[in-house]
Amino acid sequence: MAECHPVGFQWVMEAKARGATVIHVDPRFTRTSALADLHVPLRAGTDIAFLGGIVNYVLEHERYFREYVVAYTNGPTIIKEDYRDTEDLDGLFSGFDPDERTYDFHSWEYEGAELSPSAGERDEAYEDKVGGGPAGGGPAGDGPAGDGPGGGGPAGGGPGEGDVGVPVDRSRRVVESSRGQAHGSGGAAAAPNPERDETMEHPRCAFQILKRHFARYTPEMVEEVCGVPRELFVKVCETLAANSGRERTSAFCYAVGWTQHTVGVQYIRTAAILQLLLGNIGRPGGGILALRGHASIQGSTDIPTLFNLLPGYIPMPHAHMDEDLDSFVAGTATEKGYWGDMRSYMVSLLKAWWGPAATEESEYCFDYLPRLTGDHGTYQTVQAQLRGECKGYFLAGENPAVGSANGRMQRLGMAKLDWLVVRDFSLIESATWWKDGPEIETGELRTEEIDTEVLFFPAAAHTEKNGSFTNTQRMLQWHHAAIEPPGDARSELWFYYHLGRIIREKLAGSADEMDRPVLDLTWDYPTEGRIGEPTAEAVLAEINGWDGDGEPLGSYEQLNEDGSTACGCWIYCGVYAGGVNQAAQRRPGREQSWVASGWGWAWPANRRILYNRASADPEGKPWSERKALVWWDEASGVWTGHDTPDFAASKSPWHRPPRGARAAEALSGVDPFVMQDDGKAWLFAPAGLADGPLPAHYEPQDSPVANLLYGQQRNPVRRTVADRHNLYHPDPSAAGSSVFPYVLTTYRLTEHHTAGGMSRWQPYLAELQPEMFCEVSPELAAERGLEHLGWATIVTARNAIEARVLVTERVTPLRVQGRTIHQIGLPYHWGPNGYVRGDAANDLASLALDPNVHIQEAKAFTGDIRPGRRPRGPAKAELVEQYVRRAGVDLETGTGVLDGR
Amino acid sequence: MQMDRWPVVRQLRGEDRTGRGAAVKSQGSATLRPRIGGADRVVKSICPYCAVGCGQNVFVRDEKVVQIEGDPDSPVSRGRLCPKGSASLQLTTGSARRYEVLYRAPRATDWTVLDLDTAMDMVADRVIATRRATWAWEEEGKRVRRTMGIASLGGATLDNEENYLMKKLYTALGVVQVENQARI
Repeated sequence: MAECHPVGFQWVMEAKARGATVIHVDPRFTRTSALADLHVPLRAGTDIAFLGGIVNYVLEHERYFREYVVAYTNGPTIIKEDYRDTEDLDGLFSGFDPDERTYDFHSWEYEGAELSPSAGERDEAYEDKVGGGPAGGGPAGDGPAGDGPGGGGPAGGGPGEGDVGVPVDRSRRVVESSRGQAHGSGGAAAAPNPERDETMEHPRCAFQILKRHFARYTPEMVEEVCGVPRELFVKVCETLAANSGRERTSAFCYAVGWTQHTVGVQYIRTAAILQLLLGNIGRPGGGILALRGHASIQGSTDIPTLFNLLPGYIPMPHAHMDEDLDSFVAGTATEKGYWGDMRSYMVSLLKAWWGPAATEESEYCFDYLPRLTGDHGTYQTVQAQLRGECKGYFLAGENPAVGSANGRMQRLGMAKLDWLVVRDFSLIESATWWKDGPEIETGELRTEEIDTEVLFFPAAAHTEKNGSFTNTQRMLQWHHAAIEPPGDARSELWFYYHLGRIIREKLAGSADEMDRPVLDLTWDYPTEGRIGEPTAEAVLAEINGWDGDGEPLGSYEQLNEDGSTACGCWIYCGVYAGGVNQAAQRRPGREQSWVASGWGWAWPANRRILYNRASADPEGKPWSERKALVWWDEASGVWTGHDTPDFAASKSPWHRPPRGARAAEALSGVDPFVMQDDGKAWLFAPAGLADGPLPAHYEPQDSPVANLLYGQQRNPVRRTVADRHNLYHPDPSAAGSSVFPYVLTTYRLTEHHTAGGMSRWQPYLAELQPEMFCEVSPELAAERGLEHLGWATIVTARNAIEARVLVTERVTPLRVQGRTIHQIGLPYHWGPNGYVRGDAANDLASLALDPNVHIQEAKAFTGDIRPGRRPRGPAKAELVEQYVRRAGVDLETGTGVLDGR
Repeated sequence: MQMDRWPVVRQLRGEDRTGRGAAVKSQGSATLRPRIGGADRVVKSICPYCAVGCGQNVFVRDEKVVQIEGDPDSPVSRGRLCPKGSASLQLTTGSARRYEVLYRAPRATDWTVLDLDTAMDMVADRVIATRRATWAWEEEGKRVRRTMGIASLGGATLDNEENYLMKKLYTALGVVQVENQARI
């Protein structure tokens, strides 16, 4: 955090100055470690084992926050009898289909309650709800209708809920697309009235399953898997447990070191389970905080330039037989909680996009939306480019030739395009690979034979355009244009607005049905200035939405499903409340409370801490005065506090919804997790995940050791890509595995920005970090004859790169399963262009993907290191080929499903 | 007096006996002006690098950005910027920035300069043609109404309003392969 988010880290140091303990868990020693109380180096790719070990410690030693867990999580909820755990199946969950490489989630469901997931691909149970029988039907079962805080709330079956017993088509693959954005708001759906045992003694309640599941994650096991000495590990457990509960809270901060894995989503799940057990969610000083690396990467997830989402985490529709708006809503909405109003959000979005054409008769133009038929993520796109199916490509402020895993595949894919548009400040590698890329050097590509047309458009800087960034804490902050962009530099707002305008002019008069969505699109933004820049605030106003009179809406609770409201992104509704740009609020921090609600605007409803109802006990009183955030004011009958309460303002802690209530109305006064179908946080995920209801440690795709925890070596439903440019390394038990003996991990440095497009061209930054390097321990340097400041070549079955050698004790050799594991650190900022140059570390990584979100495993893989520079020209490819032959690698290597058995 | 130009003389004769103020001022330092002095206006902005979202003050003189500093008002950053944020002036005004549209024709070995309007028109033509050539109403009997012939990558460095127009236009065109760094 001190490396990559230095200014955010000032608050960690403030906390430390006030007595907080800072623990840094990272394979390498960084600026963060230098300032932490405790640095814990671990083997890259083993965090589920590490966190699972803490979960086990907290459960075994009864250090969990029992009242919180009982009241606010699904710990007491009973799971179906046919559920089988990894404990029963040696590393698999029930429902596994080895042929399809998928899980059928139905055996993970709550007892007597039918589910449909809502994080990411939320129509997992579409057939159950729509295709499996007529919509409607009875309640899914009554849970205990508690009559005081802490009890479950009664809720009847709502419209659209299918019968439990209806036979369903299970042939459809469960994994169809990205099931959840790791940083999104998506709750998942469960039927609203599951059976609960508030004593959490029932052997099939989620809490007991959790206990059994993690029992094998002992300190001894953690030591053997992660390479963390048990005394050090127990110290972490004890410190964390002692700093959680009523009076104290602890926070986890993470970045892509937790996400870029074939089990990335389950990393975050493990942290979520732990934080829920400790009562650290929805409370000040708690949480699981994603430290995101781009100025508006949160915003580009909320208003998604992502294939699987529409604005506000509404899922993109999947192709189903005869799908219409009704069946889409039935397949994706929840019965209870705010996702129950899916139809209002969707109809309002369609009204924002297609305006007058979006009528009740036209189903609000629902049919204008293109449909998904699976994973259409960026790593599928590169394969489609290589196959010649994807012919045109836009890059807008992104440099996949350096920043994406297996950069060679990216460049070879672009060489197959008909046309490529690159919008950036400078001539990044993704713009120039056709003349000076690594494959031109090796002779794999010849400039004169590449047919791709390339158009480079200079981009406007943030100082040259109005607009909002959403930062890592969901806060929108407006930046004002200082000047107009010089020359032909233009904003993306300009580019896409005018591109759309020109396309619409060219298609005007077309009677072709395929052109209707383009021609009916609302696309009449006002423009201003010499260059005709669209007015960014007019776009913000559309995102916020308006009512039938064109008046700006103030809250998503005003959205209707009858077409009387338009709203471009329901979770951003309120950012233009009263016709005022709330994102541009700038009351100085020193003039405000610590919550600072008067600076910027955080979605939803300017709430700074999500699910903050959980900061108060079931009766609405803060768990402790020290940790008070919001509370129920009995006298005035409203929730109040330092932050905007994340709860219906006048819903008392004793409120129990009437039978038949639906959506937000069905939430009881003790349901803080208002996006969830049962209002509770999920220790056990009964739906929504592709790879199991609980996290389990699997080894990375490329790993030097066997999985000690289960017979199953790797995530059985990970996504592999069979391509000759994307070979995997042998299993640790195979003879060839010693060819790639070292663990590689990639990371960032303070002085550079991701793939370097915004830092390798800046003289100050270039001078501060002038060259690609690799970090190795003195022990590894001795073992391989590497010299400090000399050169090394790092090789995988995908590619070979060179780097300067930094011999340093910042990298610690670890003892794992009786042997020494060396790790090599690789910053990934460099490429062949810019003021400072070097080989791209991502060229070494493979495409091995998490099955939920299809992110690549770039944070833990293996390779070899040797002294000296890499060969030039065709000899580089020959070196890689030699390694492939020695290791006995082919297209099948590492792609087994039930591997390790 | 010529002698009074000597700092040591001024230090001994004047009130600045410790030599840390007026006594050691040179003509050069006396004429120094802060970079932000004379700015016509200060524009409130946000750092474009990571997602911490530090506040920035952008100083403009003669319609040029002359300095970018941390905004002390920001409750996020309290005026601080990291090395990257501090290099924002080079990012926005540095010599590495391009201001012309460049075109590389099929099999060409170098760029040619293109005017913006022509280039926009060319992109529009290519989108229309590729979309038409790769359009699909159905896949395996199910309605899809889309093109798999066009893809887009990028958005995490851009504004919300820009992402909004991108997603809106792409979706209307039937382009589903819309992605950004959040997947990576």
